[in-house]
Amino acid sequence: MKIYIKNANIYQNGKLKKSEILIDRKKIVKIGTKLNASAEKIIDAQGACVFPGFIDLHVHLRDPGHTYKEDIVTGTKAAAHGGFTAVCCMPNTEPVTDNIASVEYIQLRAKEHGSAKVYVIGAITKGSNGEEISEMATMKNGGIVAVSDDGKCVQNARLMLACMKYASNFDIPLIIHAEDYALAGKGQIHSGKICTQLGFSGLPALAEEVIIARDIMLAESSGARLHIAHISTAKSLELVSQAKHKGLPVTCEVTPHHLVLNEEAVLGFDTNTKMKPPLRSEKDRLACVEALKSGLIDCIATDHAPHADFEKEKEFDHAPFGIIGLETAFPVLYKQLVLSGQLSLERLVEAFSSAPAKVLGLPGGSLDEGKAADLTIIDLNKETLFSPENILSKSKNTPWLNHSLPGRVMWTICNGNISYQDFQNE
Amino acid sequence: MTPTPQFLGRNMFDLYDYSREEIMYILEAAKGMKEINLREYKKIPTLRGKTICTLFIENSTRTRMSFELAANRLSADVVSFQASISALQKGESLQDTVYTLDAMGIDLYCIRHSSPGSPQLVHKHSGKPVINGGDGRHAHPTQALLDIFSIWEKLGDLKGLKITIVGDILNSRVVRSNLIGMQKLGAKVTVCGPKTLMPGNMESVYGCKVEYDLARALKDADVVMGLRMQLERMTEGLFPSLEEYSKHYVLSKDTLKYAKRHALIMHPGPMNRGVEILPEIADSSQSVIVEQVANGVAVRMALMFLILGGKA
Repeated sequence: MKIYIKNANIYQNGKLKKSEILIDRKKIVKIGTKLNASAEKIIDAQGACVFPGFIDLHVHLRDPGHTYKEDIVTGTKAAAHGGFTAVCCMPNTEPVTDNIASVEYIQLRAKEHGSAKVYVIGAITKGSNGEEISEMATMKNGGIVAVSDDGKCVQNARLMLACMKYASNFDIPLIIHAEDYALAGKGQIHSGKICTQLGFSGLPALAEEVIIARDIMLAESSGARLHIAHISTAKSLELVSQAKHKGLPVTCEVTPHHLVLNEEAVLGFDTNTKMKPPLRSEKDRLACVEALKSGLIDCIATDHAPHADFEKEKEFDHAPFGIIGLETAFPVLYKQLVLSGQLSLERLVEAFSSAPAKVLGLPGGSLDEGKAADLTIIDLNKETLFSPENILSKSKNTPWLNHSLPGRVMWTICNGNISYQDFQNE
Repeated sequence: MTPTPQFLGRNMFDLYDYSREEIMYILEAAKGMKEINLREYKKIPTLRGKTICTLFIENSTRTRMSFELAANRLSADVVSFQASISALQKGESLQDTVYTLDAMGIDLYCIRHSSPGSPQLVHKHSGKPVINGGDGRHAHPTQALLDIFSIWEKLGDLKGLKITIVGDILNSRVVRSNLIGMQKLGAKVTVCGPKTLMPGNMESVYGCKVEYDLARALKDADVVMGLRMQLERMTEGLFPSLEEYSKHYVLSKDTLKYAKRHALIMHPGPMNRGVEILPEIADSSQSVIVEQVANGVAVRMALMFLILGGKA
């Protein structure tokens, strides 16, 4: 299908400029002014910005196994609604995505029914049990972009060293969820002031930091490519900074919630403030914002973690960890960081597009002629109300439920097809 | 002039929602209730026709009995829900349990639960007032009220009193609620225990004093409260033996010489005699430990009366 986008502010090389885009057969054919092209679909993007399609390195699509929370269809619809054209899905499905058949199932479902490109992440260990190395080389041939035991963490340092050696052998990046089980214990929220006040078991910052320190050392020794998921403490950032200064191939991501919320959000016992890693201190949050600005944090990833209402609507101790994030990610950060003057729009868009692409070597992340037509058109002056009806994810577990946030996605185009369109445009 | 406190339909999640004046008002009401408990016929008709549910997801015979006795003496109907013999064992959620109970026409819930914030959840799903009978390590406001009542009755105004609480501070909801309540009334509170059983940030969160040395903590104390030391903490690796704990933190004649001569001795119970407190202290004339239990019924009667709008 030919799509002609007119009257747009197009984001290219870190700048917005008035321009037009012509898309044909999945590709961007032309970017320029007064193209005067004919097309089956003409989009008048008056007042809106055209950004490269966002890329999320960290989502849980819950398919197969937990499709009452989310599935590949609804998860990628939510992605498109959030301006994402590509997502990387974590392997903590049921069964765990630790073999080639599971990888191919997800790829096939996504290809046939998905509203976004889905890149599969395989497990580091079989069943993510932290006991034996998974068949990651076979999965790599099948197209996985990384391995991770996300949600779990390999506790045995000897095994982790072997996994790193093996992964580097086949040029597979490892993504780690850093959590020392003994230090984390039965922790529910960040070990800090609020934890003391509410009497919860704490998740100490140390539980994250000692594993990051360990894995950086193991990566240095093994030559592995290490990406740290959802980094959340000032000390963790210090460790990554040291590693980067040494020139080690270490990268990291941060979630929107760790950039805009701190431990105080838990005060009302809303289980949508319960996640791992937990919301940290204000000092940690500010360190994350600074690190995102400076580039020490490479990119933003949502850790989209859907859970059903009946699971979250429980005693705080009994509710599962995690919140959804695909649809609110850009609006939340645009409002809290860009409009408040703490972060440039350029850096925000980069951290959602070219930066994550670079971390895992994925295509996309920029608007260029001849490249795949993956883009999103966002009206920064319009708001979206994140009511349960407007959220396309199957689950509604977000602290921003019923909030109205600026930065409304008007269209998302993935592979030259319209993957999301605001109802006002229909 | 302070305005008359409003209690009708309110929750008692913890004392942070209540002003100094309101806490004093509850104490005054409890004083009246205590008088009723000393009568031969310990019952008034004020809450006749109201139904109170004790919802105990975590077992506690003593506290549940205290709540139920309080409700009975006000002539309310009482139903008791205990997790160990109920549908929760069969996997029913707290939400569904509350919907079920609510359908039976409960007017007030008194809940005990191991998870912080559960009283808020019960209120959210029932829309009815809830009295927190202890939620995890978070809060235990009726215990704090009865502790404060016991001090007030013996020593009068708490303003300027030095109160020292000794033991497993980390795992104590009693301490957390007492810190809020006692300090609201102007007392100066010191908490004392081994570092492994002391939560971080106590000074900045509560504005209290933290001591790891018992002699220093007890110095010039007007009130000394011991806390139960649970054996499980040893297996959790937080201290090596009860004997060593006792050597450093037991309340005895010997250690209490640092406190004021007639310092009040308290303990929320149940006690481990010989571990955190010696009988010579627990049973001494300074001890109000048994009276605390009696005051618990009075304070809970006062709260139920005020929240359900009983007629005096």
